[in-house]
Amino acid sequence: MNHLLEKYASEIETTLAKYPPDQKRAAAMPLLYLAQREYGYVTKQALLEISEILDVPSTEVGQLVGFYTLYHDEPGGKYRIQVCTDLPCALRGAEEFLEQLCENLGIQVGETTADGLITIEKVMCLAGCDRAPLFQVQTAEGITYHENQSVESAMKLVRTWQSTP
Amino acid sequence: MKRPYLLLRHRDIPDLNDLAVYRQHGGFEAFRKAVTTLQPNEVVEMVKASGLRGRGGAGFPTGLKWSFIDNKNWPHYVVANADESEPGTFKDREIMEGNPFQFLEGLMIASYAVQANVAYIYLRGEFWQLAHQLDRRIQQLHSAALLGDRLFGTEYSLRIYTHLGAGAYICGEETALLESLEGKLGQPRLRPPFPPAVGLFGKPTIVNNVETLANVPLIIERGAEWYRSFGTEKSPGVKIFCLSGRVNRPGNYELPLGTTFRELIFEHGKGIPDGKQIKAIMAAGASSALIVADQRALDTPMDYESVPSLGAQLGSASIIVIDETVSMDWLIRKTIHFFQHESCGKCTPCREGTYWMKHIIDRIHRGEASQNDVELLYDVASQMRGKCLCALGEFSIEAVLSAIERFPQDFEARVAQREPAL
Amino acid sequence: MTTKMITLTIDGIQVTVPEGTNIVDAAKKAGIDIPVFCYHPKMHPVGMCRMCLVEVGRPVIDRATGEFVRNEDGSLKIQFNPKLETGCTTPVSEGMVVINTSDKVKRGRKDILEFLLTSHPLDCPICDKGGECPLQDLTMAHGPGTSRFLFDEKKHLLKHTPLGELIYLDQERCIQCGRCVRFQDELVDDPVIGFSQRGRSLQIVTFSEPGFDSIFSGNTTDICPVGALTTADFRFGARPWELNAAASICHQCPVGCNLTLNVRREAAAGGKVVIKRVMPRQNEWVNEIWICDKGRFGYHYTESTERLTQPLVRKGGELSPVSWEEALEVVAERFRQAGENLLSVAGGRLSNEDFFNLRKLTEGIGGRTALYTQMGGGDLVALAGMPQGSNLGELGKGDAILVIASDLHQEAPIWWLRVKQAAERGATLIVALPRPNRLDKFAQHVLRYRYGEESGLILAMINALSAKRPELPGKVNALWREAEVQIAAKAFAEAQNAVIFFGSEGVGLAKGLAYRLRKPLPRPAPTCSR
Repeated sequence: MNHLLEKYASEIETTLAKYPPDQKRAAAMPLLYLAQREYGYVTKQALLEISEILDVPSTEVGQLVGFYTLYHDEPGGKYRIQVCTDLPCALRGAEEFLEQLCENLGIQVGETTADGLITIEKVMCLAGCDRAPLFQVQTAEGITYHENQSVESAMKLVRTWQSTP
Repeated sequence: MKRPYLLLRHRDIPDLNDLAVYRQHGGFEAFRKAVTTLQPNEVVEMVKASGLRGRGGAGFPTGLKWSFIDNKNWPHYVVANADESEPGTFKDREIMEGNPFQFLEGLMIASYAVQANVAYIYLRGEFWQLAHQLDRRIQQLHSAALLGDRLFGTEYSLRIYTHLGAGAYICGEETALLESLEGKLGQPRLRPPFPPAVGLFGKPTIVNNVETLANVPLIIERGAEWYRSFGTEKSPGVKIFCLSGRVNRPGNYELPLGTTFRELIFEHGKGIPDGKQIKAIMAAGASSALIVADQRALDTPMDYESVPSLGAQLGSASIIVIDETVSMDWLIRKTIHFFQHESCGKCTPCREGTYWMKHIIDRIHRGEASQNDVELLYDVASQMRGKCLCALGEFSIEAVLSAIERFPQDFEARVAQREPAL
Repeated sequence: MTTKMITLTIDGIQVTVPEGTNIVDAAKKAGIDIPVFCYHPKMHPVGMCRMCLVEVGRPVIDRATGEFVRNEDGSLKIQFNPKLETGCTTPVSEGMVVINTSDKVKRGRKDILEFLLTSHPLDCPICDKGGECPLQDLTMAHGPGTSRFLFDEKKHLLKHTPLGELIYLDQERCIQCGRCVRFQDELVDDPVIGFSQRGRSLQIVTFSEPGFDSIFSGNTTDICPVGALTTADFRFGARPWELNAAASICHQCPVGCNLTLNVRREAAAGGKVVIKRVMPRQNEWVNEIWICDKGRFGYHYTESTERLTQPLVRKGGELSPVSWEEALEVVAERFRQAGENLLSVAGGRLSNEDFFNLRKLTEGIGGRTALYTQMGGGDLVALAGMPQGSNLGELGKGDAILVIASDLHQEAPIWWLRVKQAAERGATLIVALPRPNRLDKFAQHVLRYRYGEESGLILAMINALSAKRPELPGKVNALWREAEVQIAAKAFAEAQNAVIFFGSEGVGLAKGLAYRLRKPLPRPAPTCSR
């Protein structure tokens, strides 16, 4: 039983229609995002389902997960706070921001809070260099930007997540 | 003299990202003109005559690239490179947020020029929201009969699809982008053949940067001569300069090519905060050699021909400003970490060299290094030069070599400290 | 169509090669070995490892006149690329000058090797590849003697990870040349291994169940230039320099791949000589340089204690062991007595050399030979088999191959590979089998029939080509009317050269009819069979 195909038949059809019919492999990336939306991360099951939908060997799908940083093969926090500390942001205080944010959350970079709500990750340039410090939040649904941040504004956002059931 | 914006027109016209407003201001007249009155090769010739050069960093003449498309192999594709990932670059984002229809119109004209019936927009995965907005806008264009079959009653049809990347800077390299679009690892291909001969799905393909495409409707509408009235002889037109780092007013600045660094940094950027002295400039984001910010450099025009006289490239014009508070060993640690993280691993020198450089600079950073290590770092970077498969590896060494050459005192001070840097 | 020839100079030696040859292959013709890792002559070049970087100069052409620019002494002006170029990806051009021995090139090789060795583990003492390892050899020839990389900073990845039951992967030893991935993807259509992660973490992974699920997997251990991919079979078995090589031929399927048996005398075997491993032996007409996993790993029956290891002769109702001399005497005597009443029956799995010897022996005494027909094609192949000098590697555009009643991927894997490659070179491939199989995707014509109807299909094809249409059983009539059968038959008949493969699923009538299928062709088509 192909769970993804059953649940998202029409979305998958629309996605496949974007590419030539003999190039189904091109739909691997959008389908990996779909799998992440459904399962929270790319599970082994998801890989098999995607390769079945695309009629492509599972290795050709599986290898993508490790190459691209936005695909995760392990579960993480509900909210992945991904802070840019690349050169232009670092020149505007991003490293200090990240350090203080970690302190406030009580975890190190790469770790998840005990309640499973938040994972902090360090990422490369997010194309928001004029609005540093900034971070993006990746959830199963997608990615949102939060720019011109301070530790206060970031913690305010965190508290709204914590209070939402 | 305040010139009206040509690319960042949303700064003059509110709600320009609304289709009705865009059309009120002449939107899609250029596309109509191209499809209904011009032959595809006439469009190519106009863009060629304008002297427009790629705005993604390579600066390759756009019209010339279009003319290379192989007319014996079909179908053709056009792909907009919206993978904007070079540190210090955020111009394409503003175009796609504020003036998306001008970019889309440019993409559509480009597609007509090379007779492609399908175009893709490859966006970096982080531009998630942007991609969904673009999808909605593309839908609106279909509803307005500006996309789809038999446009303006001609035989020409066009569809545009968005495709999201997933966090890999290397996918901004055009052949790696095509690999990624095809559902594979984003590793660059062997060139030749180049995309206009063998591209997406093996078919002739033009890959252009978002900003490049946003220039196209202007050229078709007002002509190549008009376009050449801005900028310099060899670098005509306007450019969006991304200013970041140690400046008071970071942001996008649309200025003619040939504007000086001084004007950008001190007039528009309002200079260095806290009254500090400017020390260096990186003109092409992290892929830059460090320009010593002396008077001569500051008075150098920012165009593709003049910047090389400073031992650097203009690239994508992502101007990162460095002041006296920044030590160069700290800076190149940042750039080395970036390139090591983003190296695709396909070729030996980049894969091993960036990893090696990372370890050496980390040791220098931790105060566990000697001057020999600085020399070793220089050696390893030099050893990579001229051997890499693509530009990532080649440019990853620019900041390293120039920092050690031009700011040796920073490294001497660092190794003398013998304790971890802050 | 004659191929254009190009003349170039490599290290002062002039060499002429066909257009399209790359610099590495051209240099081989001049007796010069440009070092490579990722390049392999059987696969498309990728220019990844950067080991084959050489200096390349090209004659300058005057843009205005289109003429070569000359020096004062009349020689062609050569412009050298300031950047080194990878020889494997650079096709030769007229008048090209390649320098392989300059300081710049030597430095380049040393640099690349230094890079490769930074994280490569010092496993040589325990690595199966030691002694036949290109990385060892090229390091000795071109590399640095010491490393400037700090030992503690080496990248660590998975070691001795089984990929399925047959192959071990050591991710640390891997130099990311991609030969294994490209072999699986490009050559044998089993992309069950691939690269994952990126940068220094780039590593080989498999997601197939079971891991590395391919009947050709063993070949990757031959082409891997380091000890990253090794066989579980040979693991810690012996050192290559301790082995003796014996040429042999595989008998496990009709292809007859050429083998090298590596043997060694072992104390553990009571001082006997045992086979330590089976390797392919190059024969471009039969198996190129490949063998399937059955041939590679399926030799352990030789170790069975139940094997006959000494001749036995029945004496007084009992089989008793005798010496070879005595046994041969007994046989020779019986043969002489039989004379023209000797009938030698041979199965199709023997080598051509064995057949020749057997026939010479038999007919020399006046006897007769017979090839067992129910297996190995028998008399049909004797009648119309591929003649001497046939090379499946030469089939291409204008030729046709019909594969009927056989799943080649199962029955004769290396033939599956060669047929696939012929189809990729443009040969017309017709696959006729009741079920989907691994050749379908490379065929221009795929014909499905019901089990038991293989003869009917062949009759149908013959009738589609012949002028008169004799009355045939209803079912067959229906078959030959089918458009796809007609089209396939016509495509087959138009070929310059054609080969018919028929397999174990259609012996009997089918083979006789397959013989008749040759008739309409301008030249009789050879048949080649199971």
